[in-house]
Amino acid sequence: MTPERAETLEWLMQRVSAMVLAVCVIVHLTVIVIAVQGGVTSKEIVARVGGSVPWLMFYSVFVIAVALHAPTGLRNILREYTSLGRRQTHWIMAAVCILILVMGFRAVIGLYGLGA
Amino acid sequence: MSNNTLTVEIWRGREEGKFDTFEVPRMASQTVLDIVTYVQRNLDPGLSYRFACWVGVCGSCAMTVNGKPRWTCRTHVDKVADEGVLRIQPLKNLPVIRDLAVDMTEFFEKWTKAKAHFVPTATRHDDFAQVSPSDPKRKEATAGIECINCGVCYSACDTVAWLGDYLGPAALNRAWTLHNDVRDGGQSDRIKAIAGTGGCQACHSHQSCFELCPKHLNPTASIAGLKRATAKAALKGEI
Repeated sequence: MTPERAETLEWLMQRVSAMVLAVCVIVHLTVIVIAVQGGVTSKEIVARVGGSVPWLMFYSVFVIAVALHAPTGLRNILREYTSLGRRQTHWIMAAVCILILVMGFRAVIGLYGLGA
Repeated sequence: MSNNTLTVEIWRGREEGKFDTFEVPRMASQTVLDIVTYVQRNLDPGLSYRFACWVGVCGSCAMTVNGKPRWTCRTHVDKVADEGVLRIQPLKNLPVIRDLAVDMTEFFEKWTKAKAHFVPTATRHDDFAQVSPSDPKRKEATAGIECINCGVCYSACDTVAWLGDYLGPAALNRAWTLHNDVRDGGQSDRIKAIAGTGGCQACHSHQSCFELCPKHLNPTASIAGLKRATAKAALKGEI
């Protein structure tokens, strides 16, 4: 793959993941706002999300979208504000992507496991 | 400043330098270029600046006026000296040669790097190309065609300031007009030249180029068009 194609596809991936994130954030915040109307406890959160396959799927998509979206933006910031080269920023981007995936899925699977 | 004079601060030097202050007589319909020319001809002959046509065609007299890049020959003092003081500096994002004159080499090299030149396909034996003014692609090209290469957009662009190899709004705007020119034969090379690092995807759509373009062009919209074009080309494996 040419560097031009790779860069363009990364740019496109960031836009598409942003669209997915917009929906995810709206759903996430809407549920929070509705849930806290009468106060919310960790028990209630686990009762709702724990063991639920639909919520497991939803938050898995959320984590994947963040893992694709954030590193690309971070790479652009590093390119504009530091003298790091293309290769270095790509490695940083890959590391951040893996970090988000590991931390995100640890939380998602952990929460699912509490109710299973 | 009295009613009949204007306090003018003009940058002297290169990257390092200082402002010199002058009192310049006010006149009706006075432009910023009139002011600079008055200073050079009457107060300080050593002042360096660049101009040619004086009528907004050649694109050589752009300077930073009270913090914003302007074409000085068509910028009336009344419109920009609201505090009664005029501060004139060279264009930003370009190396200063001396005082108000900047080195435009980098600006035009990026124009070349973006392959923003017409590549003819017809020969002298072919008839004139028939291009309808109402054709959607021609309309896109026409919307961006009146650029005078003044460098105002390049100076106003944050991305140019942050990312040294960013091609900039002017070169990309020209690439977009050629992308929509059905007579042009350089499409595949050009789309490759404007994709990737420093290409159209680097644009943050801040729209300073659109806000300050003296010809009221919209390079941000042109760059958005190029983003769509490069995305399609990348998905099809054409770049």
